[in-house]
Amino acid sequence: MVGIVSYGTYIPAYRIKAEEIARIWGENAESIKSGLGVYEKAVADIDEDTATISVEASREALKRCGIPSEEIKAVFVGSESHPYAVKPTATIVAEAIGANRFCYAADLEFACKAGTAGMQICVAMVKAGMIKYGLAVGADTSQSSPGDALEYSAASGGAAFIIGENETIAEVKDTLSFTTDTPDFWRREGMPYPSHGGRFTGEPAYFRHVYTAAKEIMKRNNLSPEDFSYAVFHMPNGKFPTRVARMLGFSSEQIEQGLVVRRIGNTYSGSSLLGFSAVLDVAKPGERILLTSFGSGAGSDAFIFEVTENIESYPREPKVWEKIERARYIDYGLYAKLRKKIRMV
Amino acid sequence: MLPRFWRKIKYRYRLVGSYCENCGEYYHPPRNLCPKCRRKGSIKEVPLGSEGTILSYTVVHDAPDDFKLQKPYVVGLVKLDCGAVVTAQICCKPEEVEIGKRVRAVFRKYSEEGEDGIIYYGTKFELI
Ligand SMILES: [Zn+2]
Repeated sequence: MVGIVSYGTYIPAYRIKAEEIARIWGENAESIKSGLGVYEKAVADIDEDTATISVEASREALKRCGIPSEEIKAVFVGSESHPYAVKPTATIVAEAIGANRFCYAADLEFACKAGTAGMQICVAMVKAGMIKYGLAVGADTSQSSPGDALEYSAASGGAAFIIGENETIAEVKDTLSFTTDTPDFWRREGMPYPSHGGRFTGEPAYFRHVYTAAKEIMKRNNLSPEDFSYAVFHMPNGKFPTRVARMLGFSSEQIEQGLVVRRIGNTYSGSSLLGFSAVLDVAKPGERILLTSFGSGAGSDAFIFEVTENIESYPREPKVWEKIERARYIDYGLYAKLRKKIRMV
Repeated sequence: MLPRFWRKIKYRYRLVGSYCENCGEYYHPPRNLCPKCRRKGSIKEVPLGSEGTILSYTVVHDAPDDFKLQKPYVVGLVKLDCGAVVTAQICCKPEEVEIGKRVRAVFRKYSEEGEDGIIYYGTKFELI
């Protein structure tokens, strides 16, 4: 059965704390931390971007399963911060990992759910017999305008998944998407920072899509929240996933392991996938995992995974939570320089 | 710059080098001829592995414009475990680098040709 053969993650070492951002803008850090549920976030270094994050995560995935890189015949990179407006990230990743030259490749964009969209495409291509192994990556170095509330959460990081049929560590039991035209968050061509619909990002966007997708996939598989060991939802902040989990009937124990947002922020296309990776880090054979991403614009991809026996002999070090602990704190000045918020003339 | 970079992309992105089947030496960048064995040598392209040790380094304070945002930065000679020696940037603070420290290859951005130009990527090293 089609599933995940391997996975890898990358979280930049730099972090900035909510206190440091609040200090600059004269805001109350405690009320932001409790309101948003984000305490610090990961920041890409000057020489890190979506391509480098994708390559590092993909290399870790390849190393862990030992599949020869030429057997990778599909590479999809989902991001809303591709380094080029025109010139694919997927070609850079394919070259850097040494994927087969006869390789299906494309960049995907769907706000924060482009990574899970890539996983769905790989699942379908493996099922159709077009490829043996495909690589799907979700990575971002998301931007926010200085002083905007998004600055506390917009972060950098990513995860990569090798999809195939042999030696899977987790089988994809089902996947579906729920999609509507909802303008909750957008960025026009050529603009450096995104705009968002303020309160509009909650009910009609995040909650409606995540809830509907998760509810439907459970319903059509005759499963309920008690049937899952873990659930992971897209994490634009620490509050939304906690609330949607409660609405669906999941306990806080079921979502705690994947709730990486408090410590690294919202890594956009990497967000739900890093949470899911943190869950795979500790998952045991037979356990069921629900994953539901969300992308503004808007849509949700839901998956039901079942962990296999193979996970016991699969190397999972270093774990996502260990990478989260390896933090180097920076001040707002260096952060502004790294994120190019200082205009060079 | 662009065609020259493009031709060597494989060797910049991945640590691929040459191995002489006659004397067992590894070389980076790749060579067509083994400098030791000359015509007796037999050269083959191989992956060089990703870990090594710092042989020597220098801290760059006076950086060209493309690297201004990175200064001061460390450039080092890294002896890979196979024996090949690679020159590359070491991603750490100047006060953290030391001869003999273990390093691992990472994929990073080298430079950009301004805001509208090509972005160059390649191999750097980080401390283990
Ligand atoms: Zn030789």
